[in-house]
Amino acid sequence: MSTDTLLEMKNIVIDGFSDEAWHPIIKGVDLTLKRGEVLGLIGESGAGKSTLGLASMGFARPGCRLTSGEIVFDGVDLMKASEAEKQALRGTRIAYVAQSAAAAFNPAHRLISQTIEASMRNGDRSEAEAIDDAKALYAAMRLPDPENIGFRYPHQVSGGQLQRAMTAMAMSSRPDLIIFDEPTTALDVTTQVSVLAAMKDAVERFDTAAIYITHDLAVVAQMADRIKVLRYGEEVEEAETAEMLAHPKEAYTKSLWAVRSIEKKGETSDDHILEIDGVTAAYGTVPVLHNVSMSVPRGKTVAVVGESGSGKSTTARVVTGLLPPMLGEVRFNGEVLPADLKARSKDQLQRIQMIYQMADTAMNPRHRVADIIGRPLEFYRGMKGRERDAEVIRLLELIELDESFADRLPGELSGGQKQRICIARALAADPELIICDEVTSALDQVVQEGILKLLMRLQEKLGVSYIFITHDIATVQAIADEVVVMLQGKVVEQGVKESIFEPPFPAYTELLLASVPTMEPGWLEQANARQARLDAGGDT
Amino acid sequence: MSDAPDTYSAKDEVGQVLTRRSRRERAWIELKKAPLTAWFGMIVIAVYVLVAVFAPLIAPYGEAEVFPQPYAPWSGEFLLGTDQIGRDIFSRLIYGARNTIGIAIMTTFLAFLVGGGLGLAAAISRGWVDQIISRAVDVLMAIPSLIFALMLLSIFGSSVWSLVVIIALLDSTRVFRLTRAVAMNVVVMEYVEAARLRGEGLGWIMRREILPNIMPPLVAEFGLRFCFVFLTIAALSFLGVGIQPPTADWGSMVRENASLIQFAQYDLKAGITPLLPAGAIALLTVAVNFVVDWFLIKTSGLRDEH
Repeated sequence: MSTDTLLEMKNIVIDGFSDEAWHPIIKGVDLTLKRGEVLGLIGESGAGKSTLGLASMGFARPGCRLTSGEIVFDGVDLMKASEAEKQALRGTRIAYVAQSAAAAFNPAHRLISQTIEASMRNGDRSEAEAIDDAKALYAAMRLPDPENIGFRYPHQVSGGQLQRAMTAMAMSSRPDLIIFDEPTTALDVTTQVSVLAAMKDAVERFDTAAIYITHDLAVVAQMADRIKVLRYGEEVEEAETAEMLAHPKEAYTKSLWAVRSIEKKGETSDDHILEIDGVTAAYGTVPVLHNVSMSVPRGKTVAVVGESGSGKSTTARVVTGLLPPMLGEVRFNGEVLPADLKARSKDQLQRIQMIYQMADTAMNPRHRVADIIGRPLEFYRGMKGRERDAEVIRLLELIELDESFADRLPGELSGGQKQRICIARALAADPELIICDEVTSALDQVVQEGILKLLMRLQEKLGVSYIFITHDIATVQAIADEVVVMLQGKVVEQGVKESIFEPPFPAYTELLLASVPTMEPGWLEQANARQARLDAGGDT
Repeated sequence: MSDAPDTYSAKDEVGQVLTRRSRRERAWIELKKAPLTAWFGMIVIAVYVLVAVFAPLIAPYGEAEVFPQPYAPWSGEFLLGTDQIGRDIFSRLIYGARNTIGIAIMTTFLAFLVGGGLGLAAAISRGWVDQIISRAVDVLMAIPSLIFALMLLSIFGSSVWSLVVIIALLDSTRVFRLTRAVAMNVVVMEYVEAARLRGEGLGWIMRREILPNIMPPLVAEFGLRFCFVFLTIAALSFLGVGIQPPTADWGSMVRENASLIQFAQYDLKAGITPLLPAGAIALLTVAVNFVVDWFLIKTSGLRDEH
């Protein structure tokens, strides 16, 4: 690592436009980056991570403006540089890797033509050279079949491969600085490991400086040399990675670790509230579930884990009756549930409630909180007028909010508050079983912890059972009693949490567990080696 | 860090919600920002509505009151002259607003009730219900609507009611298409699935879950559809199968006095007379479109002027 400074940002202030006025989003943050160094930017959503990352390219999103401060990139003052000068830097000297590669690639062009586009622009390479170089980069990113994969279209490769192709695209002009904006957030844990390893490898090989933006501390611990924690547009603290992990100074930084500290002993019982027996289901003619059987003990939490596409959510759809299975049956309290939603009685519907991953789309944006929570009360329990309002307030207090929220629209709530309202809506039906489909995946660490604690407390108080669908092992370890591991529409194993998380493992469970990033430096290399051993076939 | 609480609390996550403005306050703020064209449109529409409502008070003579002198020139007595059988044109213009606009609004409402209702039902039910309604609509849309309307009117006769029902039915096909398309985007949202899981019926899902979320495009379409209905009625009246005499109607007024245009070289005012009802139709159409444009820009976030 050389010592000269590549990027220097001083006292950056960025304003955002909302409610007819400019408000500061970034309030005077300094940032320096040496050549070849990787800086991790971490913080919850809304902390200003991405805004600051983009500012290092001298760019402000529409609706934002760089108000004051100094941005010097390799001797060029980006605050004073003309748009054309900045344009010349972007894509060639500074590159950007976005969170959703699927949205960042143009679906109408082949990968390779998009990969070489930026590096061809300054014209010092022929197309053939650029294509050869891109193939070498694909190989460096450990994409399968690097010679030919570039000639596919974006929809013909998997999410993890696309994210690696995007990194290759960023690398193709050998930039001095790459900004990674949550590049692995949308990926499964097992895929994430290989993408992270490939990125780290490439950054080291080409001695590229990088700003790595994420909300996952464990990921940043693997990638970064230094970590900067942001909150509300201000710097909380900054330190070398090892130092930061061992001795975080600020209370806020410590709280980022918090969700990994919830512990609960797995318990089980033989009194099963729900039994899924030999269910095979398909979307049209595409089979998704193969002979799936699992059971939920009364008053306990069953976590269903697996990568996306493993059939977790489909299982939930079968239980709720949205997807009638082709074979098998679902028994609730010992009686067989009608396969189709429409054939179920109001009482049967009331007993099973569902909470969704995206609270944004799970609530009607035009309904007020009081109506969202009040409707199940009216519908199932026949409450009206004052009785209903009182119950709404009681439920709001149960989820740690108060009556001032009753009059709000979903748009006026934060992500965590929305999810709480969804929980309240499920509770309003007075259910025996709640299916939680990735309910914390879209939330920040601190908020996640709050939601998980709430769910556990509600279970103690009300004795409700949960099916908890997630791909996040840390969450499973926090709240599950029993664990079901799914892979490609089949149940790999089911058991009490402790027995699942202890050896001997089936190979897949081991891979899944080993893929959860930990804070230990050096974990990434180990995990990647392990994965290469276990899973020689690539990530498709 | 100063404003950040150290202990976590769900309530504080979004600390200050700005005080919610009442619907009236918000509407007033929007109005103040409205462009000149929208103001022009709204004022014109307001004037038309006032004229239509208070027609008997404003008009100097009755709707079908016949005076001895046909084709009278503009004068103090007959402000815009009289028509071919001696009715006061100014009075008929005023009554015409009432009939034409009234029938157009009724027709548009009916078209939205039928088309919107079926569109929502098709979007929610999908499957064979959607197939049957959609294909039926395709068949209706394949026939040129004016000719189809002429045919139906000659079968059922040109009473006001058959006019309203036939035009509404033909226009509801367009409303159906739009409603179905926008509702399709909302139907897949999880809150609709949540309502279905709760066991809600079709009516609730249509009215409470979907309709509030597709209102903006529907309202815009209502404005445009109103213009088209209005023009269709005028066209049918011009062809003689629309609103029947002695009821005053702008379309038939153009036709009845059309021959006066050739006298423009002798008396300019007489030449202009048949153009006045046509102008009234044009002005209202333009005004409604100005308002719809403004509304579309507001709700869709499109800002082509920047």
